[in-house]
Amino acid sequence: MKAAVVVFPGSNCDRDVLHALRDVAGIQTSAVWHKETSLPENTGLVVLPGGFSYGDYLRSGAMAARSPILGAVREHARIGRLVLGICNGFQVLTEAGLLPGALLANSSLEFICSPCFLKVEKTDTPFTNAYRTGEIVQFPIAHHEGLFFLPEEELDDLENRGQVVFRYASPEGNAGPDYSPNGALNGIAGIVNRGGNVLGLMPHPERASEDILGCSDGLGMWNSVKSWLEGR
Amino acid sequence: MDFRKAGLLETEYGAICMELDREPNETELKIFGVMWSEHCSYKSSRPLLRLFPKEGPAVLKGVGENAGVVDAGDGWGLAFKVESHNHPSAVEPYQGAATGVGGIIRDILAMGARPMASMDGLFFGKPGSPKTAILSNGIVKGVGGYGNCVGVPTVGGKTLYDAHYEDNPLLNAFCIGLVDSSRIVSSQTAEPGNLVVLLGSRTGRDGIGGAAFASVELGEDTKSSRPQVQIGDPFVEKLLIEACLEALDLGLVTSMQDMGAAGITSSASEIAAKSGVGMVIDLDSVPLREPDMSAWEIALSESQERMLLIVRPEKLDQVLALGRKWDLEAALIGKTVEGDRFILEKGGTVAVDLPASLIGGGCPEIDWPSARPSELEARQAYEPGEDTTGRNLESDLLGLLSSPSLRDKTWITRQYDSMVQVNTVMGPGAPVSLVRIKENGNLVALTMEALPWACHLDPFRGGYETMARSLRPIWLTGARHLGMTNCLNFPSPENREQFWEFAESVRGLAECCKDLSCPVVSGNVSLYNETAGSPILPTPLVCSVGLIPAGRKALLPGGWKEGDVLYLAGMDNAAIPGSHFQATRIGKIAGRPIPPSPEMELDFMERALRTAEMEIADSAIPILGGGLGIALCKEAVSSKIGADVRFETPTTSPVTLFAEGGARALYAVPQRNAFAFLQVWKGFPLRRIGTVGGDELRIPGIPPQSLKRLEETWRGD
Amino acid sequence: MRFRAHVLVSLKEGVLDTQGKAVLVSLRNMGHSNVSDVRVGKSIEVTVEGASKEDAVRQVEAMCDDLLVNPLIESRSVTLGEF
Repeated sequence: MKAAVVVFPGSNCDRDVLHALRDVAGIQTSAVWHKETSLPENTGLVVLPGGFSYGDYLRSGAMAARSPILGAVREHARIGRLVLGICNGFQVLTEAGLLPGALLANSSLEFICSPCFLKVEKTDTPFTNAYRTGEIVQFPIAHHEGLFFLPEEELDDLENRGQVVFRYASPEGNAGPDYSPNGALNGIAGIVNRGGNVLGLMPHPERASEDILGCSDGLGMWNSVKSWLEGR
Repeated sequence: MDFRKAGLLETEYGAICMELDREPNETELKIFGVMWSEHCSYKSSRPLLRLFPKEGPAVLKGVGENAGVVDAGDGWGLAFKVESHNHPSAVEPYQGAATGVGGIIRDILAMGARPMASMDGLFFGKPGSPKTAILSNGIVKGVGGYGNCVGVPTVGGKTLYDAHYEDNPLLNAFCIGLVDSSRIVSSQTAEPGNLVVLLGSRTGRDGIGGAAFASVELGEDTKSSRPQVQIGDPFVEKLLIEACLEALDLGLVTSMQDMGAAGITSSASEIAAKSGVGMVIDLDSVPLREPDMSAWEIALSESQERMLLIVRPEKLDQVLALGRKWDLEAALIGKTVEGDRFILEKGGTVAVDLPASLIGGGCPEIDWPSARPSELEARQAYEPGEDTTGRNLESDLLGLLSSPSLRDKTWITRQYDSMVQVNTVMGPGAPVSLVRIKENGNLVALTMEALPWACHLDPFRGGYETMARSLRPIWLTGARHLGMTNCLNFPSPENREQFWEFAESVRGLAECCKDLSCPVVSGNVSLYNETAGSPILPTPLVCSVGLIPAGRKALLPGGWKEGDVLYLAGMDNAAIPGSHFQATRIGKIAGRPIPPSPEMELDFMERALRTAEMEIADSAIPILGGGLGIALCKEAVSSKIGADVRFETPTTSPVTLFAEGGARALYAVPQRNAFAFLQVWKGFPLRRIGTVGGDELRIPGIPPQSLKRLEETWRGD
Repeated sequence: MRFRAHVLVSLKEGVLDTQGKAVLVSLRNMGHSNVSDVRVGKSIEVTVEGASKEDAVRQVEAMCDDLLVNPLIESRSVTLGEF
């Protein structure tokens, strides 16, 4: 199966994701315009990339979540295929109801671009099975609205169901809200849906896919999805 | 309307009447007022700009277009330019900075290039003053707010604090983009019978007369200037970038121009003049944002995020469809014709009818009188040692390390996305930024430099050193320089002494460019940077660009390893005058910066390139602001390892640690490569000054400094 | 008929309002010691054609449901005026 990257007006990281998937990981990938109503045939993975779709106006990801292509993305998720939302893509997924929660403004109220350590807490997903459970990886962050929020009860449910995939951490391996650069509740950086096929995370694995750029921990994600795609 | 109200001189008005053989009507007068302002016409600086060498083997498109283009190898070109947005940033810091970033990005886009990286030069007033806090905060937020949204990484820049910028902060925005060399867009390729399309935002009253206003000194009450400030929309700019690049991919465009100062008038008349065609624009077909706009308002509006496209008639429908795809206004507003008349029509009548070449290029140059400043002698009076005896070196070192101009700028740079487009190999905080070109694997080296204190003491030497200092970090990485762009920030040229400083600075820059064979491919001039008789320091700013061929490893700073030998390569004549030490620690700059040594620079360059190519050094850092002392601290902190430093002199002088100027670099070389390194540098001044190791920086004359302390001092935690 | 609807969007109680907190601290630092809480929201003005006031409100409420308000974290109030 192949991968597709959705391009919304204002997406910036679509070309970066295309590069990581196609040129670095060797996965057949194409771009899909947000106004399309269907995904390319044989698409196994859809990526909603980072950027400033609709300028982040109104609420980050709000207008992109109402794009025509979302219908096809929902169906794609319903039949168990993979959806990955990175940064703005994660925001779109929460606005579209494909993932629970909302991403609020960073507690510092500033945009922050920085390297970032994450603990991989869940490795029985098609996105993370190339990592060891508890492994510490480095993906950079670059966002203004990265504070993951859920009301307390729903947050506990999310944790109890083991839906947290990535948590902000220290290089030594301690993870939690103390290590979150943006105030995210429980230090949550990335979550998966109950079906385990829709993942959203604020950090950028496509920016950690080549050593020349500083770090290649992101390759684990692409290798995981690649085996999943090749197996179908 | 009186011509003086339009901002014109009597001689200028006379020249217009003579050329037209009649008096201009009111709309035409306003157009000349804006187009012949300093900001748009460069009337005070054109003679000086002719001093710059503009040719070079790597130059694909030189001065005269929206941006210059140099050869990036394998059929690719790099389009780059730096531009100021000083006055708007003083009045409305966020929007002034944002629209400055937006404007330079469109200049790069207008060459057909995809913008790939930005840098910004920021000059603020007294650190800690409330005004500085407000301005610097707004400007930083504006740069980030726009650059992040538009998807162009901010990979470097320069920040300097000095009281002279208190009321006149400077923002110089640099952008570089990648273009297919066979497809570089030119403003000279329009033909009669083409159509003129406006793509992007609707036109409102933004910045009406903003260009003329930029040439006028800021008065006491800047609040009343607010309506003249443009408001930016980075989301629309992003759409514009994608739409224009797609239009180019589809071959829909014969020429393209961005709309900056003086909006439709300047972009349309420039294409007309450069292509040798006439143009007829119907102002009624310009999509408007506000009701009842008059002809001159539409013609001169500086509403942001608009591009002018010249299109063959058979391609029009596709262009309009492209506008619809990207939800951008696309309107047919005119056509090109034979001849050279620039005609604006409104309500069925001709509002403006002027020769196209007169508008943009016809303004007479002004030969301002020039006089060496009477107090220059006093400024340059200096006894070596007068400000370097009896100093507490530890206090000076840590004081410099934590000074606002030299300390860590992460608090600024982490508000910028420096990684989008996944090309950033070395980002903000380093002495040179490195960006890769995916298409061919070459690495682009970028620097930004300005030395106002040195220029204040001796503008010629200061200008020369500014240019040379912008190149040395490029050479250290292993990159050969391709070209440079500059922004000349100066106060009023109408003051003889200030004009002299302007002319001498340019002379210094130009001389260095000639000596070191670095062509100037683009640039910008910003004059009248002063408020109520308080002028800024002479601030010529240079951005240099170099290239490392694919497959070669760049030699970077921050690579100290245990046991490395530390070498200081470079001349001994570095001096205190004009240095950060003098400005920040002594509080009074005096003396003369060192004179140029072109042969040494070229010699240094070749050896530095060879060192990088042979991959024999672990780390290299140029000696820049703060001198050797600061370079040692920065290397120790970023490498996370200390060093044992030894000097030949029995006591350490501030001169050794803090002097600046000349081609100098600090290398860390593994023992096993020491011989090969010495061979490369044989015959050039070179000193072994220590060994890397431990967790302290031990400099003679200073108590050992733990890495932790140095880091905390530098970061200001 | 033309109406101008004013939608006030506020963060729900219990949702972190980091902006409100920052504003509160600044106000207190400026000497407004009697301020105990600040919530920062959004004001959206929609000009809409409607057959009647009720019709206009209905349309605007639908817009809130469709896009203008995120019900997980925001609540709204809609008021109407003549154009």
